Amino acid sequence: MLQRRIWGTVLVAAALAAPYAVYPVFLMKALCFGLFAVAFNLLLGYTGLLSFGHAAFFGFAAYVTGHAMKEWGATPELGILAGVAVAAAMGLVFGVLAIRRLGIYFAMVTLALAQMVYFFCVQAPFTHGEDGIQAIPRGKLFGLLPLDDMYVLYYVVLAVFGIGVWIVWRAIHSPFGQVLAAIRENEPRAISLGYRTERFKLAAFVLSATLAGLAGSVKTLVFQLASLTDVQWHTSGEVVLMTLLGGMGTALGPVVGAFVVTTIENYLADIGAWVTIIQGVIFVLVVTLFRRGIVGEALAFIERSRRR
Amino acid sequence: MTLKWTLTFAAAALLAAGTAQAQISDNVVKIGVLNDQSGAYSDLAGQGSVVAAQMAIDDFGGKVHGAPIQLLSADHQNKPDVGANIANRWIDVDHVDAIVDVPTSSVALAIQEITKNKDVVHLNSTAGSSDLTGKACSPTMVHWTYDTYAQAHGTGTALTKQGGDTWFFITADYAFGHALEHDTGEAVKEAGGKVLGSVNAPFPNTDFSSFLLQAQGSGAKVIGLANAGTDTINAIKQAHEFGITQGGQKLTGLLTFISDVHSLGLETAQGLVLTDAWYWDHDDASRAWAKRWSQKMGGGRMPTSVQAGVYSAVMHYLKAIDKAGTDEAKKVVETMKSMPVNDMFTKNGHIRADGRMVHDMYLVQVKTPAESKYPWDYFKILRTIPGDEAFRPMDKGGCPLVQASAGK
Repeated sequence: MLQRRIWGTVLVAAALAAPYAVYPVFLMKALCFGLFAVAFNLLLGYTGLLSFGHAAFFGFAAYVTGHAMKEWGATPELGILAGVAVAAAMGLVFGVLAIRRLGIYFAMVTLALAQMVYFFCVQAPFTHGEDGIQAIPRGKLFGLLPLDDMYVLYYVVLAVFGIGVWIVWRAIHSPFGQVLAAIRENEPRAISLGYRTERFKLAAFVLSATLAGLAGSVKTLVFQLASLTDVQWHTSGEVVLMTLLGGMGTALGPVVGAFVVTTIENYLADIGAWVTIIQGVIFVLVVTLFRRGIVGEALAFIERSRRR
Repeated sequence: MTLKWTLTFAAAALLAAGTAQAQISDNVVKIGVLNDQSGAYSDLAGQGSVVAAQMAIDDFGGKVHGAPIQLLSADHQNKPDVGANIANRWIDVDHVDAIVDVPTSSVALAIQEITKNKDVVHLNSTAGSSDLTGKACSPTMVHWTYDTYAQAHGTGTALTKQGGDTWFFITADYAFGHALEHDTGEAVKEAGGKVLGSVNAPFPNTDFSSFLLQAQGSGAKVIGLANAGTDTINAIKQAHEFGITQGGQKLTGLLTFISDVHSLGLETAQGLVLTDAWYWDHDDASRAWAKRWSQKMGGGRMPTSVQAGVYSAVMHYLKAIDKAGTDEAKKVVETMKSMPVNDMFTKNGHIRADGRMVHDMYLVQVKTPAESKYPWDYFKILRTIPGDEAFRPMDKGGCPLVQASAGK
């Protein structure tokens, strides 16, 4: 317990000091994708549902926030709220339709629905098609915090990330989370114990979609743009990659995975055409050699050495 | 006494060294080529643009006002957030002075905002969006090679004047496709032609047969493809299968480049009409440059117009730093605007207040396999489109800079 507390303190201290050592824009991007992956992991790692359409929540919330802030002059908190609310509503609709199916069918239904959102975004005038929504003003959070200051923005993003991760952590470690785990392990048994599993799955789906939307909305604030990239199925695939890479079903795994993938995307961009190839190779290596992902393997290693 | 003199001399020497380089920030000019090196635009721009930029630096002598010129490059993977992240890092951490190339309109517009706010030069060669010199224009940006308006308008006007006065459009059904169709249609009507009809194809699309049959049945002399990328490639391939150009109708890709023609092959692409900003086999200067470029790329390829545009833009930028004696973004771009562009890319090009580099464009037709005598002998030039005819008049773009300068 004490050890865990020490580790926690070290992590928080590192997160607070990080922007002075590493480029803040990069950190914020990694945090946004980290939150996105954590939200996704709630569904994949803790409920056992593989959604292939999470980009719809992430990207569409980004559009809603961007449009609200640029065209309607909404304040950042209202913009984020609008994005999150729309993502939650979409999550409810997607969830109701998708959780009736299991496994590959569930994945396909979510993918199909996400593709509909993508094509809507291509056509709808408010998204500006290929150009995307650009030059979104950041404004002041609660009328006080000037988000144009890189460091202020970083701590705001960090706080949102912290809140998001805390919500997921609370959910997992509550009776609700225990039921989700029971569903993941053996759904018929959970039903026979008297749980109405669809309701639990739907709740998990909506929560996951909402938090994915939160991540997308905050990302809009960081980059001041919303574009088609975020609603494309590539992004849905990327979040699967991040979660598997870091360790599915571990609390910190998706965050680590998100950091690794964003680092590859941004720092290896200088070497040109190899970025996507390197991503592919790493994915293949992790899937074949480290099934539990980076954090999963590390935890297993600690566990083994403790037993000795 | 001696010590005092030594100190004075030392101070004087320092001062002299200081004034000689004082205007070049941190004594180095850094140029970053930011483009797509692994995706759809990697043939069009990609590594070839990096080589072109390096050639400009080498030809300039590698130094300006005693400060070395450094080149960086990165792959933005066509993702605006990756592009924005790299650009921000380049500017804040590496102190890059100019960002060059930048294909994909969503990324280019993001970079436009960043360079505008952080006062860094943006030399765009590969993005097509005419908003870059319109609503989203910036005092530190120059749009070098082409834009969608020039492609559409140039092709529309020139082809109509060549006798292709009835048109039918196959349009990608989203904002970009409709804008392209609208711009071309206007030009056709202005030049005295008629638009017989158009059909919207879903985007993206793989099967164009029904649309092509409709176009064929319309009896229009020209079929305009108001789409881009793989859609255009698919449409051209299928048009070849239907024998559309052999049947006497002209097919024109409104946003097609020599790299597309190369990947299609002459057999399929023959007879296609398109507008391009530059052709490697145009004159001695362009041929000489293209051959040098080809050697550096390991042979087998010839440069596209946008790669030549990168060379020309970087060269002009360095000349402007040399003349202005500073690398301060706004001053350099102002100096660039005051100097005519004369090189292997264009003769008597000039940069307008809104950042548009105005130069002649060429209406070209793809040769048949029999007409083509050597590798990359692809185009015959049908018409030279004067810059003022091709590019959008400045007052129609809605660029705030223009209103400001008109008030002077």
